[in-house]
Amino acid sequence: MTRYTQPTTFYTKEHEWVTVHNDLATVGITHYAENQLGDIVFVELPDVGAEFSTGDDMAVVESVKAASDVYAPIAGKVVEVNPVLADKPETVNESPREKGWFCVLEIKDGAEIAKLMDEEAYKAFCEGL
Amino acid sequence: MTMNNHGRPTSPDHVPSDRNLDTVSGSRGLLQAEGLIFEVGTPDTTGVDLPKPKNRTGRLGGVARKKGTGLPGLSEPQAVRHYMRLSQKNYAIDLGLFPLGSCTMKHNPRLNEKLARLPGFADIHPLQPQATVQGALELIDELAAWLKTLTGMPAVAMSPKAGAHGEFCGMMAIRQALIARGEGETRKRVLVPASAHGTNPATAVQCGFVVDEIKANEIGRVNMEQLREKLQTSDDIAGIMLTNPNTCGLFESDIREIADLIHEAGGYFYCDGANFNAIVGRVRPGDLGVDAMHINLHKTFSTPHGGGGPGSGPTVLSEALAPYAPVPFVVKDEDGVFRLVEDMEGDASESFGRMVAFHGQMGMFVRALTYILSHGADGLKQASEDAVLNANYIQSRLKSVMTPAFDGYCMHEALFSDAFTAEGIETIDIAKSLIDEGYHPMTMYFPLVVHGAMLIEPTESESKAELDRFCDSLESIARRAAQGDETLKGAPYLAPMRRLDETKAARKPVLKWVEPNADSVAAE
Repeated sequence: MTRYTQPTTFYTKEHEWVTVHNDLATVGITHYAENQLGDIVFVELPDVGAEFSTGDDMAVVESVKAASDVYAPIAGKVVEVNPVLADKPETVNESPREKGWFCVLEIKDGAEIAKLMDEEAYKAFCEGL
Repeated sequence: MTMNNHGRPTSPDHVPSDRNLDTVSGSRGLLQAEGLIFEVGTPDTTGVDLPKPKNRTGRLGGVARKKGTGLPGLSEPQAVRHYMRLSQKNYAIDLGLFPLGSCTMKHNPRLNEKLARLPGFADIHPLQPQATVQGALELIDELAAWLKTLTGMPAVAMSPKAGAHGEFCGMMAIRQALIARGEGETRKRVLVPASAHGTNPATAVQCGFVVDEIKANEIGRVNMEQLREKLQTSDDIAGIMLTNPNTCGLFESDIREIADLIHEAGGYFYCDGANFNAIVGRVRPGDLGVDAMHINLHKTFSTPHGGGGPGSGPTVLSEALAPYAPVPFVVKDEDGVFRLVEDMEGDASESFGRMVAFHGQMGMFVRALTYILSHGADGLKQASEDAVLNANYIQSRLKSVMTPAFDGYCMHEALFSDAFTAEGIETIDIAKSLIDEGYHPMTMYFPLVVHGAMLIEPTESESKAELDRFCDSLESIARRAAQGDETLKGAPYLAPMRRLDETKAARKPVLKWVEPNADSVAAE
C-alpha cells in the first residue's frame, strides 16, 4: 500500500475531492460540483468524532436550487471540520479546493485510496458528462 | 385611429416606443404597489374612536407596560385596502393555468363548495354526540368505501391531514407490523428511489428507519439491477417507498416485480399516491401489490390547496397492515348506526395509535365525495385520461423547441431538461419569464435526477385553447433561451416585484421588520 507523505489529491464520481497526507484525508467538493449546484447557502457538517463507512451521507450542501448529500469518499473518523462554512457557506463557491474544504478524516483503510480517481481520470470523467 | 364597436378609440394615437414604465407611486396601472403593514400604519393610528374612560385606575399593580408595543394601527379602510391589494397579487387556479408539476393544481368545482357549506356539515362540532352527526359519519364511511373501491384496498385510515401525514401513517403501520412480527429492531432499511418526493426519505427517518437510495435507470424508472443487488442481503429490509406514476411523470412498468421482490425480501410496499390522479379508474394500486398508499384529496379529488385549504391524506392499507390502522375510525353497526371507534381495544386493539385529535378534515371529505359522486366512476376515469392527454399534448407541442427528459409518452406531467438552452441561460430564467407572460412558473429543479428540470402538469381542467395559449408563451421563451437571449436573465420585468436575490435571501435572511430609523430612536 502506498503511503502518501506528500499531499496528493484524488476524486470520486460523486464529485468530492480527497487530499491524502499520511493518515489524514481532507475532503471537499469539486469546482464542477459547486458550479452545478449554484450559489451555496448552507453547509451541514458532521460532528468531530463521527465515524463513516465509504458512501455514507457525511454532509449536506444546500444551494438555491437543491439540497445534496455529500458522501464519505473513504471510511474514516472525523477529526476536524471547517469552522468557516457555518457563517460563510459561499466559501465553497469561491474556493472549493482551498478554503472551502469540508472536513478531515482519519483514514481507516489506506487500501481504499486506490479505488479513487486521480486528477487526469477525473477530468476525463467530467468531460464525459 | 382604431375604433371599437362603441365608437371609442381602442389605442392612443401617439405612444412613444421608449416609454419609461416607472411611475411615481410605484404602481403599474391597476397593479397597485403596497408597502408592508408597518409602513402603511403607524402606532398612533387607530380604527376605533372611543371616549377616554374617566376615573380609571390601573389594576395591574404597577406592572403595566410603560411604552407602546410599536404595532402599527390602521383605520378600517386602510386595513381593507392593504389586504385587498395583497390579495390581488395572488396567483390562483381561479385566475389561470397553474403548471406546477407534481402539485396537481386542478380546478376546484363550485359544487364542492356549495355542499361543504350545508349547515349539517359546516356547523357541526367534533365533540357533538354521535347520534346528532350520523350524516357526517355516514359521509366519512361512504367516502372511505369509494377510496377502497378505487384503490382495490381493504382498509383506509381517514384521519391523516395531508400527503406527508399520510406517508407517516403508512410507515407507522409498517413499523407496527414489523414490531408485531418481532422484527422491529432488525428491519430498519427503507429503499427510496432517487426521484422520490423529499417527504419520502424524511418520513422514513421520522419513523426511525434508515434510507437507502436506489438510482434511476436511463429511462427514468427504478434501476432493477440495483434493486436486486440491494435485496441480496435482505434481512434488514423494512420496505420500499415508491411513487407511481413517478416524479418523472412515468409509469413504473416493473411495479409488479418490484412488489414481489420486496415481499419476498420480507418488506412492505409503500406507494406514494401523490400522482394517483393519473391512474384513477384505470389502475387499482391494490392489484399492483401495494401495502399502503396515501391519497391526496387536495390533488386527485379536487379539494383546494396551495393556501386555499387544508390538505387531506387518507391512507389505504392492505390486509397485512389493516389491523395497525390509527384510531379513530368510523364503523357501521348491524343496526345501521354509525359509530366512531376511538379506543385501542376490540377492532382497534393492534392500532399503532392516534395521529390527530378528531376524525380528519371533514370539510375536505365533503368536497372529495361531491367530486366523486358528481363525476361517477366513468367520469373519474375520463378525468385521469384527460390529465394524461393534456400533459402529452404539452410535451408533444414543445418537444421540438425544448428537450423532453425521456423518450416516449408521459403520464400526467411533462418533464423537460435544460439541454436546449444556450450557455448561460438557466431553468430559473425560463421560469421567471413565464411570470411576465402571466403564468405561475412550472416546478423547477425537481426531480433532481434531471438536469435543470422543468416539470409541467396541466391537469385535466384546461381546455385545448388554454393549453395552446400557454404553449405559445413557453415556446417563445424556449426559443429565446435556445438563442441565448440575455434579456431572459432580467425577468420578470412586468411583475409587481422584479427578480429577488434568492442567494442573499437564503444566506442573510431578514426575518423581522426593523424600523428604518430604529437606531436614532434608541439613541434619544
